[in-house]
Amino acid sequence: MSAVTQSLRLAAQPRWWSFALWAVLLVLPYALPTHALLISEITIIALFALSLDLILGYTGIVSLGHAAFFGMGAYSAALFAKHIHPDPLLGLAAATGLTMLLGAVCSLGVLRGSDLTRLMVTLGVALILQELANKFDGLTGGADGLQGVVMGPVLGYFEFDLYGQTAAWYALVVTLLVFIGLHHLVHSPFGFSLQAIRDNRLRAQAIGIDVNTRLVTVYTLAAVLAGVAGGLQAQTTGFASLDVFGFDRSADVLLMLVIGGTGWLWGGLIGAVVFKTLHSVISAWTPQYWTFWLGLFLVLLMLVGRERLIRPWTWRRNT
Amino acid sequence: MTTDVVLSCEGLVKRFGGITATDHVNLRIHRGARHALIGPNGAGKTTLINLLTGVLEPTAGRIFLQGQDISQLPSHQRVRRGLVRTFQINQLFDGLTPLQTLAMVVSQQLGLGGRWWQALGQGDQVTKRCESLLAQFHLLEVMDQATHELAYGKRRLLEMAIALACQPSVLLLDEPVAGVPAGEREELLQTVAALPADVSVVLIEHDMDLVFRFADRMTVLVNGAVLTEGTPLEVAANPLVREVYLGQGDTHG
Repeated sequence: MSAVTQSLRLAAQPRWWSFALWAVLLVLPYALPTHALLISEITIIALFALSLDLILGYTGIVSLGHAAFFGMGAYSAALFAKHIHPDPLLGLAAATGLTMLLGAVCSLGVLRGSDLTRLMVTLGVALILQELANKFDGLTGGADGLQGVVMGPVLGYFEFDLYGQTAAWYALVVTLLVFIGLHHLVHSPFGFSLQAIRDNRLRAQAIGIDVNTRLVTVYTLAAVLAGVAGGLQAQTTGFASLDVFGFDRSADVLLMLVIGGTGWLWGGLIGAVVFKTLHSVISAWTPQYWTFWLGLFLVLLMLVGRERLIRPWTWRRNT
Repeated sequence: MTTDVVLSCEGLVKRFGGITATDHVNLRIHRGARHALIGPNGAGKTTLINLLTGVLEPTAGRIFLQGQDISQLPSHQRVRRGLVRTFQINQLFDGLTPLQTLAMVVSQQLGLGGRWWQALGQGDQVTKRCESLLAQFHLLEVMDQATHELAYGKRRLLEMAIALACQPSVLLLDEPVAGVPAGEREELLQTVAALPADVSVVLIEHDMDLVFRFADRMTVLVNGAVLTEGTPLEVAANPLVREVYLGQGDTHG
C-alpha cells in the first residue's frame, strides 16, 4: 500500500478511544440510574452542539440563532404526539420533515454577506419564531408552554419511565447514529469540500465546487439535526415551551462548542458535558453567581488557549 | 500548433465607477498556446483574469470557451468546462494538508465531490492522481503537514498543483513565481515548463526572462486596453511597447 493510500485511510479511521468512550456513554444510564435524566438532557444538548459544529466548525457559517431549529423540532414533535400519533420515531420523522423545510428556506439567508450579516440573520429568525410561537397560543400554548404531551413507547416496546432511563438510552442511541453518520460525512469528499469552503470560499469556487448548493445542503442538514435534538427534548420531557427558541439556548450551544473545540466531532460532546457539569457543580455551590464563574472560565479559556489550559504542566515553560 | 481558438473574448469592458479597468479587450487563445499577458502595474491584467474566470461580471462584452458563450456561467461551471486559474496571492485551504487538498480536488474533478458516505481517497484513480501530482510538484515529503505550516515556495507549488488537479484545458497563471525566493524559483519554473503540451496556458508575469523563455505569443495591456499583440520578437521590437513598458528600467512592482 502506498504512503498516499495509507495516509488517507488512516485519517478516516475512527480512533480506538472513540469506541471506548461511546461504550462508556452507552452504559451510563445503567451505571448511574439516579442521574439518567441529566444524562439524557446532556446528550440532547450534545447532539444540538454537534449540529452547530457541522455548520460552524466544518463549514464556517456562524450562527446566533441555531435554537430556531431546535425549537421547531421541539414543537413539531410535541404537537405531532399530542394531535396525530404518540409514537416517538414517527414524531422524530415529523420533526425532521418540518425542520428540513425551515432549514432549506433559512439557508437562503446565509448564502450572502459577512459573518456579521449571518449572526444577525440567524438571530432574527430565531426571535421571529419565538414570537410566532408566543402569538399562536391556541396551537402552542403560548407562554404557558405546550402541556399534556403523552408519548408512546419507543419502538412500541420501551416505555418512558419516571427515572429517565429509557429517555437516556433513546437520546444516546439517536445521537450515536448521528455521530456515526457525521463521522462518515466529514471524512468524505463532500465533507472536505465543506472545509475547503470554510478555509477559502474564492478558491473553492475556483476548483469547481458549487458553493451555494453546498451551503444550502449543509445548512439544511444541520437544521434537521438540531430539529431532531429539539424533538428528543420535547419527547423525553413531554413538554415544549417558548425557551426552546431562546437566545440563551443559541448562545449556550455556541459556548459549548468553543469549550469543546470546533471542527471535530467530539468537540460538541465534550463541550456539552463540561458546560453542564460546570453548571451543576458551580450552581450547587453558589446558585446566584454561576454565570460569573462561567464568564471567568471563558475569558481564561480564550486568553490562555484550550491547549495550554488542559496542560497545566506547560504553564511555566516559555513558548 | 493548430489554429483553433479555445478561449476568446470580444469587446470585454469592466468599469468600476468612473474607472475603466478593462477597455474593449479582444483576445484569442489558441489550443496549446503559451500566451503571455504583460503590462505595467495597474494595466488590468488580473481584472481581465477575474472577468474570464467569472469572479467579476463584465460591464459589456462576451467570453467564449471552446466556441461556446460562457459569459453568463457561474465561475464553478467554467472550471468544470476546463477553464482553471491560479492566484497571484496564494489561495489555499489552510486547515487541510496538501494531500487532503489534492484528494478533495481530484475527487471533485472526477465527479465524486458530492459523495458523503465514502471516505476521501477511496478508489485507485484518486490516489494515483494524487501521487503523481505530489511527485510532480515536489510535495511528497510535506503531504501530511498542515498547509499553513508550509514554506512559501511549497505553498506556491501547491497553488499550481491544485489548478493542475482540475485537469484544465486552459490554464490561467497569475504571476506564478511572484514572491518566490531565488533558491526555490527553479523548482517552480520547471513545473511551468513541464505543463502538458495540449493545455493552453495564459501567463501573467513581470519577470521578462520567464516571459521570453516561455511564451510563443504575447499580448500587451496598457490602461485596460490591448496595446499590441504578436510573437515575443515582434512585441520586443515594437517601439510603443518599449516606450510604455520595456524601456522603463525596473518593471517589477
